[in-house]
Amino acid sequence: MNKNMKILIVDDFSTMRRIIKNLLRDLGFTNTQEADDGNSALPMLKATDFDFLITDWNMPGMTGIDLLKAVRADDKLKSLPVLMVTAEAKREQIIEAAQAGVNGYVVKPFTAQALKEKIEKIFERVDA
Amino acid sequence: MSMTERAQQDPLVEYAKTLLTQLESGDALEAMNTIANLHQARDQFLFNEVGKLTRSLHESIKNFAIDTSRAGNKVHDEMSRMQDASERLNYVISKTEQAANKTMDMVENIIPLTSQLGERARALKPEWQRLMRKEIKPEEFRRLTRDVEKFLDLASDETSRIGSNLSDILLAQDFQDLTGQVIRRVIQLVHEVEDNLVNLVKMAGTIDQITGITHELPEKVVVDTGPNIGPEGPIINPEKRNDVVAGQDDVDALLSSLGF
Repeated sequence: MNKNMKILIVDDFSTMRRIIKNLLRDLGFTNTQEADDGNSALPMLKATDFDFLITDWNMPGMTGIDLLKAVRADDKLKSLPVLMVTAEAKREQIIEAAQAGVNGYVVKPFTAQALKEKIEKIFERVDA
Repeated sequence: MSMTERAQQDPLVEYAKTLLTQLESGDALEAMNTIANLHQARDQFLFNEVGKLTRSLHESIKNFAIDTSRAGNKVHDEMSRMQDASERLNYVISKTEQAANKTMDMVENIIPLTSQLGERARALKPEWQRLMRKEIKPEEFRRLTRDVEKFLDLASDETSRIGSNLSDILLAQDFQDLTGQVIRRVIQLVHEVEDNLVNLVKMAGTIDQITGITHELPEKVVVDTGPNIGPEGPIINPEKRNDVVAGQDDVDALLSSLGF
């Protein structure tokens, strides 16, 4: 796994972005950027080459599930690995995210260990 | 039946009896008058009930101090309790955000201090072990004593900084008390609003009963579970629901059943 990969963290709460950013730093990933919803994230994704997207679901403006769908519908972005980190815990939602092509799903509140495991699992598959 | 309802219905009984007598004696003209009076009494009763409903609606609005200026009424004497509640909840968001940021500042501050202490201790260890094995030369010994002294000074300084950061973290948790009080007041308001609404519904029910109005209840709206399931935020009672997962293990099990 490339520790220099460029990661975009999307969450409407700055504290949650900060927590994820800190956890990623502990895991050795320091090349991170932030956006506060899908509407601000999508242009960033299109403008620069990100290697990984971590997004919340419930955000004002464009939600994380819509962002995921927009990413999968975009020729340039469609194979970008996406991890959802969200408080949304309905089975239907998890199924919807899976069908929309999410690569991993972490429910809040989460542990550093859970985040680490999911990221490792995603890149094991991507690198394989 | 309440006293007022009985008082309002008494004239109806009187008119009904009179009407019966008049009809039996064939006094059609007077009977018509009595029917008109009956109508009037019924209308009066209805007006009273509508009046009560209007008054209690007005009371409720006053109780919640709803900002009626939004409904076109320019009188806006004091901040409405609804608006007050919204502001209180915004205060909760900002207080918790501040506390979270302050705590993270302190933690981010501490992490390099502890790793620096650890690194220095690990660097000293091999030299120290050589000293214990009496393998050390006099000039190395002098250097080691200087290094150990520097380390002791560093440990003393850094641990007091760490200690002061830890008590700042402790203090940053005071938001729990403040936001708890604020949220409790908002909960109280929600209960009052609910009680008032229930009263209004009861009163409106009385009018329906008198006038014989029946409402066609709309079919219970089936929640659209189309492709986009609306976000709900944190599930506060997962143990009472069977449509949600209870934690990461459930998520993983569900995803693996889908072939993930």
